[in-house]
Amino acid sequence: MLEIDRLSVAYGPVRALTEVSFEARDGSITAVLGANGAGKTTLLRTITGLVPAKEGSIRYDGKEIAGLAPEEVVRRGISHVPEGRGVITELTVEENIRLGALWRRRQPDYQEAIDRAFALFPPLESRRKQSAATLSGGERQMLAIARALAAKPDLLLLDEPSLGLAPLVTAELMRIIRELARTDGLTVLLVEQNARSALSIADVAIVLNLGRVVASDKAAALASEDELRHRYLGF
Amino acid sequence: MGRFVDLTLNGFTYGVIYAAVALGLVLIWRATRIVNFAQGALATLTTYIAVSLLDRSVNYWLAFAGALFAGLVIGALTERVFIRPLYGKPDLNPIVVSIGLLILVESIAGAIWGSGDRGFEPAFSQIGISVGKTHLEFSHFDVFVLASVLVLMVGILVLFRWTNLGLRMRASAFAPEVARLLGVRVGRILTTGWALATFAGALAGLLVAPKVLLSPNMMDPILVYGFAAAVLGGLDSPLGALVGGIVTGLGISYVGGYMGSSMETVGAAVLLIVVLSIRPEGIFSRPSARRV
Amino acid sequence: MKLPRWLRLPTQPLLRHLLLAVAGGLVLYVITLSVSQYDNLELAEIGWYAIAIAGLSVLTGVNGQISLGHGAFMAVGAYSAGLMMEHFDLPLIVPVLVAVGAAAVIGGLVGLPATRLKGPYLAGVTLALAFAVQDLPNKFSSLFNGDQGIIVNPPTPPGTVPAERWLAWITLFGAVVGMVILANFLRSRFGRSLRAVRDDEIAASAAGLNPARLRVLTFAVSAAAAGLAGGLFALWSGIVSPDSFSLFLSIQLLAGMVIGGSGSLIGAWWGALALVYIPEWTQNVSGHFNLSAGVKANMQNAVFGLLIIVIMMLAPSGIQGWLRSLWSAIGRLARRSKGDSDQAVAPLTSTPSPERISP
Ligand SMILES: Nc1ncnc2c1ncn2[C@@H]1O[C@H](COP(=O)(O)OP(=O)(O)OP(=O)(O)O)[C@@H](O)[C@H]1O
Ligand SMILES: [Mg+2]
Repeated sequence: MLEIDRLSVAYGPVRALTEVSFEARDGSITAVLGANGAGKTTLLRTITGLVPAKEGSIRYDGKEIAGLAPEEVVRRGISHVPEGRGVITELTVEENIRLGALWRRRQPDYQEAIDRAFALFPPLESRRKQSAATLSGGERQMLAIARALAAKPDLLLLDEPSLGLAPLVTAELMRIIRELARTDGLTVLLVEQNARSALSIADVAIVLNLGRVVASDKAAALASEDELRHRYLGF
Repeated sequence: MGRFVDLTLNGFTYGVIYAAVALGLVLIWRATRIVNFAQGALATLTTYIAVSLLDRSVNYWLAFAGALFAGLVIGALTERVFIRPLYGKPDLNPIVVSIGLLILVESIAGAIWGSGDRGFEPAFSQIGISVGKTHLEFSHFDVFVLASVLVLMVGILVLFRWTNLGLRMRASAFAPEVARLLGVRVGRILTTGWALATFAGALAGLLVAPKVLLSPNMMDPILVYGFAAAVLGGLDSPLGALVGGIVTGLGISYVGGYMGSSMETVGAAVLLIVVLSIRPEGIFSRPSARRV
Repeated sequence: MKLPRWLRLPTQPLLRHLLLAVAGGLVLYVITLSVSQYDNLELAEIGWYAIAIAGLSVLTGVNGQISLGHGAFMAVGAYSAGLMMEHFDLPLIVPVLVAVGAAAVIGGLVGLPATRLKGPYLAGVTLALAFAVQDLPNKFSSLFNGDQGIIVNPPTPPGTVPAERWLAWITLFGAVVGMVILANFLRSRFGRSLRAVRDDEIAASAAGLNPARLRVLTFAVSAAAAGLAGGLFALWSGIVSPDSFSLFLSIQLLAGMVIGGSGSLIGAWWGALALVYIPEWTQNVSGHFNLSAGVKANMQNAVFGLLIIVIMMLAPSGIQGWLRSLWSAIGRLARRSKGDSDQAVAPLTSTPSPERISP
């Protein structure tokens, strides 16, 4: 369980998050919605320690993780697929995935986790030795998610996975995410511009506006609030 | 003609030594975007360590290995103590600090071992080999120089290409933030990079010391040639460092041979200015060269 | 005749710089009258150090670039002045101006690649230059007289003025005039364009500035200041030989800049003071201990190396930066807000650049 309590973040004088509080239960999908600049990316980056928290706490499995370095956060079972995917184009597909799992290479299921990541995304399997630079946008997104999964996370942070993808590909991606949450008990924090498709798979959703949580409810309930939808989600 | 052959062989041998220095600069540049101007001074220090061991009649190869190991340790310490506090600061700060380190290390070496020149025994004979009737200015020691730099280069390439450490090093160089998100302890990787770089420099010091005389500022011109080599190779690619080193070595050898040895440093300066004016990204760097 | 734009200065800063220079000059004048002849020689040394450091500081302060071979431009100036004085009998001002001009031209040439290059490249090129300049006099031995160097006759003082004091007056006057010109250069529209380029090159180009040309010009100006220092050095030292322009000179100048505060002209004077008195001080201190000759000989360099490192890590804006923050603290206390004391902003600060990682 991820518990975020009155979290505030600032870039110098610019406030990016103000007293954000919410919880994500194990095995649930939480959609994080909001307009450009609302603070969604900042929220994920703060959880993984790329951006320091100014105030508030981030607890995961009952332990405080605010202040940990990113390379330690991932060792607590939290994988972050950053905005823009973060595929390392100078490496091959396989190297990217292996890199994601490398810190647990002494675990008995190290290789199994890598194989599973490949199995989940067949297009990657046939491109193992290819440079990641040659992948299409959709394939890169698959690679970024596969790489995160190779670390066998309990909590997956996804920052706009549908960015630049065709609707059909997006739908397929959402299906896979839903599947992972159902079967593996993976907890997912899903940041999306595409609110409609995020809400279609999420259990709960929070809406950020100018760094504050302006709504948080069951996904279905939020989707039916016309006023809110029009105001913050644009559909 | 014979002279040309000799100058070519000589240029080749010095060239691979410059390549080892260039490799050290490249390793650090790739990882931290810093040019380590103290690299030469650190190599002088490790060479003096070898001399000290030899003076205590330690086995030659043990002393050699000791100096290389000292390179690893000194490189790691340098990064931890002097460089780490500078990450995130303006580009100029590490340049200035590395120059401060250069002069500090050289004066420490001078204080301990004296500022004068001293000899350094070569591992093999430095007398030229004769092929048939022609006598070449190319000795068994020169063969050793070529071989050891070759081993270093292949070792680094294998490390980068086929080991987990190499994978982490490449990831940290190309995308430090993503690497951290994937659990790579980038800080340690950077320390490792500095250690390896100083190791490469230490080898260059051991190889060049028998050819020139050992003194606290022995490596100063070698560092400049190594820098020229690295820039020629694009500063980013180990392979470029090798090619750049050989080209620089040959160039300097011809300039020195035909125009007088006092033109060598001038040649290096002109080479740098011309190369950087025409192709600031280096002569031998193509985008693909980034992928080692 | 119409002056180029950057010479036509807004009157107010010009006046201020001149007033400052006159005041400073008067203080220096009184000092030269009241100290020993040996001290006067050291004052002269401070003079040429200060203007050389100021040149380096302009490069770093407004261009955000660094030169590890400014000693080379001093060599160009010193040899030009030395040769002029050896072969022609001219008023002093002529060889000194030739020194400035020659260094500016060479600086412009070396600075050409600098137009497209970031810090480390230019640093490496200038480092190479620092070595090259030591070897050239040997190559063209008939002109430069090889390792022996060129003898420069000391300037003849008028009337009863002692030679040392006269030398101090000449170098200090040269340095102060050089400083005023540099200060005006930085205050001019040209200087503002340079800072705009340094801070945001893309925006500056969009505003119609030509970053490449501006950079070469700054490099030339910076080298010209070193050339002036070289000319004054030739008079001061009486001999111009390769030995005087070792890599260590360039590193000393860098140390002087770092100690005084990079980017600051006033800081250049603090730096010059440090370069003259720190070696003396280390010699005195090490005299009290029973140190080996080797340690003693290397003490001075070690101290400079250590100082550079420590200052860069702990107080990267140097003495002047420290004074400035002290001053503004006092100002705050006195509830009087008065900034605007010095010209260029020091780039060697602790402001993080966002793209660098901090593991
Ligand atoms: N490195 C930074 N420095 C300064 N301000 C920043 C930085 N990163 C983000 N911000 C600011 O913080 C606010 C939140 O940004 P954030 O990237 O979290 O928004 P977002 O919700 O992810 O937007 P988008 O949907 O466009 O990705 C914005 O106002 C942004 O300008
Ligand atoms: Mg975002």
